[in-house]
Amino acid sequence: MRGRDGGAGTAGALAGVLPAAGLRGPGPALRPAAPSRPPRARRRRRAPAALALPALAVAAAVNLPLVYLFVRSSEGGLGRYLDTVVSARTLGLVGSTLGLVAGVVALSLAVAVPLAWLVARTDLPGRRFWAVAGALPLVFPSYVSAFALVAVLGPRGYLQGWLEAWLGIERLPGLVYGYGGALVALALFTYPYTYLLAVAALRRSDPALEETSRVLGRGRWRTFFGVVLPRLRPALLAGSLLVALYTLSDFGAVSIVRYDTFTLAIYNAYRGLFDRTVAASLATVLVALTVALIALEALLARRVRPAPPATGRPLERVRLGRWRWPALAAVAVLALVTLGLPLGVIAYWGARAVALGNPLGAAGGAAAGSLAVSVAAALAAVALALPAAAWAARHPSRPARAVERASHAGYALPGIVVALSLVFFVSRYLPALYQTLAILVAAYVVRFLPEALAAARSAFAAVPARYEEAARSLGRGPLGVLATLTLPLVRPGLAAGGGLVFLTAMKELPATLILRPIGFDTLASRVWSAASEAIYSEAALPALLLVAASALPVYMLIIRPALAERGAA
Amino acid sequence: MLDVRVAGRRAGSLAALALALLAAACGGADSPRRGPPEGESAAPAPAPVTVYSGRNESLIGPILERFTEATGIPVEVRYGETAELAATLLEEGANTPAEVFIAQDAAALGALAAEGLLRSLPSDVVSGVPARFADPGGRWVGLSGRARVLVYNTASISPDELPATLEAVADPRYRGRFGVAPLNGSFQAQMAVYRALEGAEALEELLAGLAANRPQRSANNRAIVDAAIAGEIDFGLVNHYYLWRALQERPDAPAKNWFQPGGGASSFINVAGAGVLAAPADVDAAEAVELVRWLLSDEAQRYFAGETFEYPLVPGVPAAADLVPLDELATPDLDFGAVSAVLDETLAAIDASGLVGPGPG
Repeated sequence: MRGRDGGAGTAGALAGVLPAAGLRGPGPALRPAAPSRPPRARRRRRAPAALALPALAVAAAVNLPLVYLFVRSSEGGLGRYLDTVVSARTLGLVGSTLGLVAGVVALSLAVAVPLAWLVARTDLPGRRFWAVAGALPLVFPSYVSAFALVAVLGPRGYLQGWLEAWLGIERLPGLVYGYGGALVALALFTYPYTYLLAVAALRRSDPALEETSRVLGRGRWRTFFGVVLPRLRPALLAGSLLVALYTLSDFGAVSIVRYDTFTLAIYNAYRGLFDRTVAASLATVLVALTVALIALEALLARRVRPAPPATGRPLERVRLGRWRWPALAAVAVLALVTLGLPLGVIAYWGARAVALGNPLGAAGGAAAGSLAVSVAAALAAVALALPAAAWAARHPSRPARAVERASHAGYALPGIVVALSLVFFVSRYLPALYQTLAILVAAYVVRFLPEALAAARSAFAAVPARYEEAARSLGRGPLGVLATLTLPLVRPGLAAGGGLVFLTAMKELPATLILRPIGFDTLASRVWSAASEAIYSEAALPALLLVAASALPVYMLIIRPALAERGAA
Repeated sequence: MLDVRVAGRRAGSLAALALALLAAACGGADSPRRGPPEGESAAPAPAPVTVYSGRNESLIGPILERFTEATGIPVEVRYGETAELAATLLEEGANTPAEVFIAQDAAALGALAAEGLLRSLPSDVVSGVPARFADPGGRWVGLSGRARVLVYNTASISPDELPATLEAVADPRYRGRFGVAPLNGSFQAQMAVYRALEGAEALEELLAGLAANRPQRSANNRAIVDAAIAGEIDFGLVNHYYLWRALQERPDAPAKNWFQPGGGASSFINVAGAGVLAAPADVDAAEAVELVRWLLSDEAQRYFAGETFEYPLVPGVPAAADLVPLDELATPDLDFGAVSAVLDETLAAIDASGLVGPGPG
C-alpha cells in the first residue's frame, strides 16, 4: 500500500522519508526545497526566546560533563595536565584512534554505498528483504558483535575448529585482534547509520539527472560517480559523523579485540591507576578530537549544493543482468557476517547452557527495565531536542548552529566519563535524585541527544515555512499552528530520532552500571554480569531478548520509514 | 498523508506503552528503597546495609542472602566493576549512599583508604585473617585469596617444561607461546609485588623480556584460560580459580593449573576484600561492620572455598581439595601497603615496556 501512494509528492510523503534520512540533519541539502524560502528573509528573523532559551538550557545541561572534566583535569595544576596530555603516549593514542576512525568510516562507506544502491536502485532479487537485513546490525551492542567475531574467527575459534576437522588447519592468523579486528567489528556494525541515510537519499532523488547523464552518453559508472554520488554526499557525511563519533567513544569492541584508543586509555586510567586526574586529562583530548571531527564534517557539508526537489516520478531500476548473482552473493555474505555470526554465537551459548543443564537465568524483569528506561530516554531526548531543532531549522543563524553543535558534547565522550560527571554533580547538589531512574534517563539523554536532535531538525526543515506562514495569516496563533500543523508533520521524523535514542539506550552499559537504582537491572547489565564472569550460558537469554526487543521498534520507527517506497518499483 | 497519520498513531501508542512500563519499573525499583511504605511502618525492620560490590552477583549474592537470613539485616547491593565502583565512590566522597565496599582486589581498597574514605575496622575483625591479608592501618580486610598460577594446555606442554619462575617466562624458548593480561589488575598487582621485592631495574628487565617474547595479550584472566584450553597458547599467567569456572562449562577441557615453585612474586596471593565507608562520620555503622565480620565467619569462608574455588583466609577453614594449601605456598613476605606504594611506578613501567600498546597481540 505504501508503495502506491507515491507519485503525488506530498509534503507528508516527503516528511515520511526525509526525517529518517537526516539523522543529524546538517547539510543544506536536507533543508526544504528552495522555493519555500524567500531569499534572505528568514535568515534575519530573530529567534523567539521561547525557542532560544530552552535550547540554551538543554545545551548547557548536556555540557555538564565538560565542566566536570575541567574540575578534575585542573586538580593537579597546569604542569601535571601538560605532563599527561603532551606525551609520546598521547600522540600515539591520537594516531591509533584517528587511524581507527578513518578506517571505520572508509570501510563503512564502502559497505553502505553499494548496498544502498543495490537495494534502492537495482532489480536485486529479494531487495526488500536485504534492505531490512542491511539495517539490522544496529541492534547488536559492540561488545556482543566483537565477542562473536573473536569467538568465530579467532586463531583457534569455531571456524578453525571446523577447518581442523576437514582440512587439518591448526591455527588461523590472529587478524581478528588489533587494528583489523577493531576495524571490522566497528565498521560492520555501524555502517547502517550511513546506509539508512543513503537509501533514503537515493529514494528521494530525482532520476531525471541520471537519465540525462545516460542519454548524453555517459556510462553507468561515470553516471554513478558523477551524478549519483555527489548528491549522496550530505547523507554520507551525516552518517559518517555518527560512525566516527561512535568509534571515538566505543569501549566494548576495542577492549575485546585489544586495540588501544583514547576511550580504552581513559578506562584503563580509572581501572589501573584509580586516577581521575589522568583520566579526565585524557578525556579533554578526546573532546578536542570530537570538536575537530564535527568541524571537519561542517566544513565538508558546506560545499554541498542543495539537491533539487524530488518530483515523485517513479524510478526506473537498473537491470543488473549477469551481475545479479554476484551481487546477491555479496549481500548474502554481508548478512551472514553481520547478523548470522552474532546470532549464531548467542544461540550457541544458549544451546550449550541447555545441553549442560545450566540455568538460563531470569530476564523478564531486566527486559521490562530496559524497555522502560530506553523508551523514557527516547521521549525525553526528542522533547528536549525540539527547541534547538526548531530554532536551527526555522531561524538558521550562527548562534543556532553553535547551540546545535554544542549539544553533541556527550556523544563522543566515553560513557564512564558522562556517568562520573553526573555522580559528581547529582550526589553533591541533588542528593534526593541520586541513583534514581530519572538520573539514569538524564544520562542517556546527555549521551544520545544528538541522534534525536538531528532527526528533529531535518523533520522541521522538511516542513516548508510557508505552510506555517499561511496558517498564521489565516488567523491561527503560533501555538495553534504548532499543535495542528507542524507537530503532525514532523512526527514521523521525531519518531525516527526517538527510535535511534531508544536503540542506543537499550545497548548502553557504563552509565547504566554506575547510575541505576540498586536492584534495577537492564538486559545489557545482565549480559555484562554474565559475560564479565565468563558465565556465557547466562548471557544468552538476555542478549537474545536485547536484540529482539531492539529490532521491532527500530524496524517500525527507523528502517521502514527510511525504506518506504516512493515510486513504483 | 496516510503515512504520517499511521506513523503518528503508532508513536502515540508507543508513548503510552512506555509510560506504563516506566510506571511499572519505577514502582518496582524505587518503592523498596525510598522511604518505608506507609502502612507497614508498625513493625520496624532494621535499616538495610547498602553495599557496592565489585564481585559478581553470581559469586557473592548467595552468601549475602545468607547474611540476611542469619541476622535479619537486609542488604542492598549495587553490582559493578571494582574499579568503576571505586571511581564512583571517589566522586561521591562524603555523599555516598554506600556503607560497605566489596572489591575484587586490594588495590581498589587501598586507593579508597588513601583518600580517607574508609573507616578503621574493629581489631577483632582485622585480626581474623593473617596480617599479610589485611590493611596495616586496619581500614580493610581480605575475604578470600587468589593465587597467581600458570594455566597450561595439557596436550601441548607438560609441567616439567613450564617456567619455574617469572624470569624464566621471559626465556626466548617460550616466545609467542604464552598469554598475559597486561591491563588486568591481577597482573598489575603481581608486577607491583615483583617491584617491591626485586626493585625497579629488575622489573623493567622482566617486563622488557616478557614484551620481547611477544605474548598473546588478553583483556582478562578468563580469556587467557579459554586460549589455553583452545590451544592458542601453551600457558598463561592467571588467577587460579578461572580454570574451575571454565571446567564447569566444559568439564573435559584439556587444561590444568600449575603453581610456579620459584616463590617470590610468582607465588603472590591477591585478595578480594571489604571495607566500611567512613561517611557519614556521626553514624557508628554497626550493621556494616557486622556484615564484614560475618563474611569472615566459618560459613562464609567455607562458601568461598567450595563455591568460588578461592582460598579461605581465616585459619582453620580448608581450601578446595585440589589446591596447594595456603601455608605451603612460598608467598612473599610483604604487606599490601608496600605493594600499593609502588603501584603507580609499576603501572608506568608496564606502560613503557611495550607490553601494552597499539597493534595486534
